Amino acid sequence: MALDPVIQTFITESTELLQEMENALLELENSPDDKDIINALFRTAHTIKGSAGVVGVEHVERFTHAVENILENVRQGKIKITNDLIELLLNCHDHIAKLVEMATSDEPLSEDFKSTEDDLQKQLHVYLDAVSDRRIKTQTKEPVAREPEFDSELNTSSGKTVKNKNWHISLRFGRDVMRNGMDPVSFINYLSRMGEIISLTTLTDTIPSAEEMDPESCYLGFEIDFKSDFDKQTIEDVFEFVREDCKICILPPRSRIERYVHLINNLPESPLHLGDILIKGGALTPSELDEALQMQDVETVSFDDGQTEEHTRKIGEIFVDEGMVHPPVVDAALEKQKEQKEASSRESKTIRVDTVKLDQLVNLVGELVIANANINQNAQRIHDGGLDESTSALTRLVEDIRERAMQVRMVPVGNIFNRFQRVVRDISRSSNKDIELIVSGGETELDRNLVEKINDPLMHLVRNAADHGIEYPEERITKGKPRKGVIRLNAFNDTGSIAIEVSDDGGGVDHNKITNKALDRGMVRPGQVLSEKEMYNLMFEPGFSTAEKITNVSGRGVGMDVVKRNIEALRGTVDVESHEDSGTTVSIRLPLTLAIIDGFMVGVGASFYIIPLDMVIECVDLAEADRRVTDKRNYFNLRGEVLPYVRLRTLFRENGGKTDYESIVVVQATGRRIGLVVDELHGEVQAVIKSLGGIFKHVEKVSSATIRGDGTVALILDIPKIVESMGGVEIKV
Amino acid sequence: MNVNVEKSDGLSRLQIEGEMTVFYAAALKKDLLDNLADCSNLDIDLSQVSEMDTAGFQLLFLIKREAGLSDKSMRITAHSPATLSVLKLYGMDEEVL
Repeated sequence: MALDPVIQTFITESTELLQEMENALLELENSPDDKDIINALFRTAHTIKGSAGVVGVEHVERFTHAVENILENVRQGKIKITNDLIELLLNCHDHIAKLVEMATSDEPLSEDFKSTEDDLQKQLHVYLDAVSDRRIKTQTKEPVAREPEFDSELNTSSGKTVKNKNWHISLRFGRDVMRNGMDPVSFINYLSRMGEIISLTTLTDTIPSAEEMDPESCYLGFEIDFKSDFDKQTIEDVFEFVREDCKICILPPRSRIERYVHLINNLPESPLHLGDILIKGGALTPSELDEALQMQDVETVSFDDGQTEEHTRKIGEIFVDEGMVHPPVVDAALEKQKEQKEASSRESKTIRVDTVKLDQLVNLVGELVIANANINQNAQRIHDGGLDESTSALTRLVEDIRERAMQVRMVPVGNIFNRFQRVVRDISRSSNKDIELIVSGGETELDRNLVEKINDPLMHLVRNAADHGIEYPEERITKGKPRKGVIRLNAFNDTGSIAIEVSDDGGGVDHNKITNKALDRGMVRPGQVLSEKEMYNLMFEPGFSTAEKITNVSGRGVGMDVVKRNIEALRGTVDVESHEDSGTTVSIRLPLTLAIIDGFMVGVGASFYIIPLDMVIECVDLAEADRRVTDKRNYFNLRGEVLPYVRLRTLFRENGGKTDYESIVVVQATGRRIGLVVDELHGEVQAVIKSLGGIFKHVEKVSSATIRGDGTVALILDIPKIVESMGGVEIKV
Repeated sequence: MNVNVEKSDGLSRLQIEGEMTVFYAAALKKDLLDNLADCSNLDIDLSQVSEMDTAGFQLLFLIKREAGLSDKSMRITAHSPATLSVLKLYGMDEEVL
């Protein structure tokens, strides 16, 4: 069977909630008394449990329920937050995450898994038992304290309450409930697990005649009498998923008779019919019903007149008018409703979109850009004033659309940064180190596809830093460093790319050790002098330093080749800088997007090349004097600065059409600047990136290609590669 | 979902197999009403129903009501755990049975 969309939604939402839960737990570790965090934590567990119950993923519901119990007690101050408890809750979090993952499979849980669960349950119960022990001692106080809570919204002055000790719940499901993938059965099933259903009456009056009845619509209503110790909010939350599709009225135990009058008035069924149901279910006694029916005339509000919110406000006003309630009580209730309304309207401001759809959109925009370029070229040939004007208007719009389409795919990189807190915490615990992860620049945005792909390399780097970079506290103290090691994760925008740095203040790498190891492995010849950069590059060689782990230094570089490969596959670069005892910094540079770039087109011979626009600094003419000596030297004087340059003609072995006139495009990448000598400058273009096929994999200095308006191909230059091969001039920033 | 029909002397025996859920509700409604129109006594065997949801329940209720309106008799001759649990939950096990 195909994956149920409801289950799918459940999994997505639970995954988000689990992330929130983890963040909250980690924050709690630093500030164990923060009420807001505790409440947020409780909410996550509660919502996961609730939705698991509704969609019928029982094992998630069961286990999360135990966690929720603990958190409820924490919230009430009955259980203190300790590091051990946080540890336990983190483990529970992991377990829930696995359970959620398995929600789609029908396979039974493995034995191993079950024993983990039992173990966690046992540990949770230790905490719960401690609380219930205490509760027995204070039992006499407990019920008295809880009593008023049942009907706190109505501060009774006349004391005319019904005798019924159960909740009364009236449900009228909306027509579309089942079409939206929900089944009233599951809600009532879930409700029944929170207490005891004393009586349930199914109302079928609204099922229309056979011809008119739509078999996919829901026509049912329910009157339920329900015994439970949960509070009103919790019971309301059972129906959270259908709140908008369903009319719900929940009357607490010992409600005032007036509330039943409202109920009877506000439900579509006839008062007598409802009265019978209420008596049958034990909600009202016959004499209470009589009284209610007499009072009924006072009320005029009908069920149909609009939204529940407005409705309740009216009831609130009536109560105040009649002096039944103090205004602040109603104000508070109304305020709460407003908040809930705002929260749900915030939710509706964002929608979930399948990334496949987004990719299709971006692809189409790419085609649009190409088609537009084609129109531009033809328009230029025709030289018609009106046409030129139209095409330039069109081009502007296409550019805007392109930009917006790309923005839609941008997500803050901070989303993945937060995942690493847990990794660092776990490593520092298991290895008895004291490490702090400081995250900055999380708001920097990056193409969604990229974000997912850098997760693994980053994880690797962070793990490496925590595992091998940061020293043990004793070692740090003897070195005169603070006991606590720091790993920094920083992201920022940098000339058309985004840079992510993972740095630590740990042991760093010993340059001599690297050189020696490279000698051992025959990677360098004895006597060969390595530049700092070359030496760091050795660390990215496959298999380098996986060998003998004599010192903590030798562990570094495990799998660094994989990191490098992954990043390069994304057209990014990796650099390392490391100094013994002062730490290591790994910088990753990635292009902002993988789909369309602003480019600067140049011509050499008969070919076209595109330079990513944000790497272009300026264009200057190559002076005749410099031209004459280009064969002898490859640098020129740019306003007093020595700038190395390379002729694209030589680089790509272009032979055709020599010109007398050449220009230099000054480009900058990875903090270095060089000049590129070209024949012609064609100006700015939007280039839709088309990757080159596998056979061009080994072509260096070209990152990809684009199709021009007339169908010819222009190659997109890999500027960082070219700069790297040239050496370049270091820019002092 | 699958509906097997057996007819003899104005008595139709329906056996419903598989899911009585919202996904098959339209087909099920037609099957039930057509067969009811065709006979004077309708027996429905639910023992092979693997799953029933609210949509299925509504249709059972509808057919029972229709039978009553047209003075025909309709009985459910056998239940499966799936159908019984929904009817019990809705407190309708005596009404529809």
